[in-house]
Amino acid sequence: MRKSFRAGAVAMLAAAAMLTAGCSGGAGTGSAAESAASDPNQKVELTYWAWAPNLDKVVDLWNQKNPNIHVTVNKQDGGDPAVTKLLTAVKAGSGAPDLIQAEYQKIPTLVAADALADLSKTSANDTKSHFPDGVWNSVTLGGEALYSVPQDTGPMVFYYRADVFDKLGLSVPKTWDEYAETAKAVHATDPEAYLGTFSSNDAGWFTGMAQQAGASWWGIDGDAWSVKVDEDPTQKVAGYWGGLVQDGVIDNKPMYTPEWNTALNTGKQVGWLSAAWGPGVLAGNAGATAGQWKAAPMPQWDAANPATGNWGGSSTAVTSQSKNVDAAAKFATWLNTDAEAVKALVTETGIYPADSAGAESALTTAPEFFSNQPDFYKVVGEAAQNVGSFTYGPNVNVTFNAYNDQFAKAAQSKQKSAFLDAVKSMQQVTVDDLKKTGFTVK
Amino acid sequence: MAMTVTRTGPAAKTAAPGSPRRAKNFKSRVLVPYAMLAPGIILFLLFMAAPIVYTLFLSFQKKKVSGLGLGKNSQSQVFAGLDNYISALTDPEFTASVLRVLLYGVILIPLMLGFALLFALLLDSRRTRAGNFSRTAIFLPYAVPAVISSLLWGFLYLPGVSPFHFVARQLGVELPSLLDPNLVTFAICNIALWGGVGFNMIVMYTSLKAVPTEIYEAAKLDGCSEVQTALRIKIPIIAPALVMTALFSMIATLQVFAEPTTLRPLANSLSTSWSPLMLVYRDAFTRNDVFSAAATSIVIAAATFIISFLFLRVVQKRAFGQEN
Repeated sequence: MRKSFRAGAVAMLAAAAMLTAGCSGGAGTGSAAESAASDPNQKVELTYWAWAPNLDKVVDLWNQKNPNIHVTVNKQDGGDPAVTKLLTAVKAGSGAPDLIQAEYQKIPTLVAADALADLSKTSANDTKSHFPDGVWNSVTLGGEALYSVPQDTGPMVFYYRADVFDKLGLSVPKTWDEYAETAKAVHATDPEAYLGTFSSNDAGWFTGMAQQAGASWWGIDGDAWSVKVDEDPTQKVAGYWGGLVQDGVIDNKPMYTPEWNTALNTGKQVGWLSAAWGPGVLAGNAGATAGQWKAAPMPQWDAANPATGNWGGSSTAVTSQSKNVDAAAKFATWLNTDAEAVKALVTETGIYPADSAGAESALTTAPEFFSNQPDFYKVVGEAAQNVGSFTYGPNVNVTFNAYNDQFAKAAQSKQKSAFLDAVKSMQQVTVDDLKKTGFTVK
Repeated sequence: MAMTVTRTGPAAKTAAPGSPRRAKNFKSRVLVPYAMLAPGIILFLLFMAAPIVYTLFLSFQKKKVSGLGLGKNSQSQVFAGLDNYISALTDPEFTASVLRVLLYGVILIPLMLGFALLFALLLDSRRTRAGNFSRTAIFLPYAVPAVISSLLWGFLYLPGVSPFHFVARQLGVELPSLLDPNLVTFAICNIALWGGVGFNMIVMYTSLKAVPTEIYEAAKLDGCSEVQTALRIKIPIIAPALVMTALFSMIATLQVFAEPTTLRPLANSLSTSWSPLMLVYRDAFTRNDVFSAAATSIVIAAATFIISFLFLRVVQKRAFGQEN
């Protein structure tokens, strides 16, 4: 026992020594990164936390071509768990990877926790021209710094059952007024059928629609944050949907439930306002209806100025603990802007790339589920160009959670006024949370 | 607390008879027991005491932001005093979640224990047929994890996919959805009931089996019917088991989490703060505010202690009185 105690003491000392060594190594980050950049023969090992399926196959391409910068993908469960893990590692002072797949709405939270490296001094800063302005804005937060390189986006489009529309003699709605008329017509022919549903579970979906109407829920004003949830664009969207639910022409049940899947399969849900990644979900949840759907641009508030929102999408960020920021930035740039890499991303992981030129050249044939619509990616590509800019704040999770709870109540009550109250509540909860933590709020 | 008990226990015992103070004796009477206790104590300290102390520490902290809160050193952790406790106790969402769970417990516990007792007595009665099969069948749902059973029941509740609703519709009846706000508590009770009756039944049945059969024979000779034996003899004898199952059920009720969390995405009627533990989870992992979550957990733990203690005080005399 004594012996083991002594051994333990030695181990402790060794651990302490390594810890101090690790700290002093951290202090010399800058010089280490410089030497890695200046000496191309220096071998660099990078770790990459990501959850996109088959991403390791894309990374293999890079590893074959770049023997000196080797990237290892460490598979994650998803966006939320990966962020929680990263925040813990940042707090602990070690254990973070070099690169991480970060959803756009998580970037302010990560920046606030000092989890991300600023890439504006690296090669990644030259990729601006590859991406739509709105997307670029989400990775810079509208400032000088660059926190991430965009990977994929989810420009919103309107999916509808072309066969049902033909049978009922309906035309595709181009404006939200027409959408409401179409919803009425669909529901009138079959009381169990709806053109869509208002889902209190999907805050990202509602955010995309508010974005289409011109909302940007947060803003930076000097040294203060502003919160602009309870303003005209979002009120307009909430009131519109509240009206449709109140009239009973749109369903009020959440998406992604067994019930919703069944309704998609049996033609009781005739349309879905969703994003570019929709075909994958439809193929998985409503496989029986392949070849019967079509994609169309989102219904518009102002047909003369077409706009759409973004639902989902992620980027490649370099963490603040990375000792090889330049090498990591080089990889992130290649992964998301190199023509071959983007093509591989499309074929292997099935994402819709943020890189405009890459998307155009890589996405030529429609997904199998939409084989009846050869111009599928033309519709989606045009939508991608119309995504407005949207600033996320440091407490998106709080706002999204308030959306879930408040709109669940509103959807259940089927009252238009409750939808407007829910928007008010979201604003209140968001502002209260910011103030409670000590943020300056304007 | 429990740690000090385990520590002083063996020490006190060994000190008294250890009067011949020889070195060897000291080693065998003091060192050895401690060495044997060490794994337990260390594990307890690491995985029980340390997290509790850390939770206490966190509950008195809060996050402080300067400026935009972006970038290095703009956020720090500072002492919060009782702020987190005050906001936890004055939070209307917390009060509402406690009231919901109380209602849930008032419905669930009598039903669950009632069914468990009924099944235990039936299985224990002399005329039981297929006892082993029935016992396994009633116990089996307990082996299904709550998340899985909630998913299964969720399927059965959703009017669009439920076979019950389908059959009713064929018969021309429109059943109300159990996921509607005014019925959803019953929906959750039903899942807990389905999963919980078996466990409680086994506890009661086991304690019935421990009763010496002479008592029943005597009762039979005196002309007691089966029902009378059950009411007058069996139930009073297994009262300690009833108290224990009631206590466990109360604690489980306060901690209800898996069922409502799993059902929540299926409907609009459950909020993310439906039960107190859901509120804690939301604060810690959705809102990234572990400090409030820590304070709320401490409040819940303290309340659980107090309720358990009071409950035991009230029923102990009656339940265990005969033993003294």
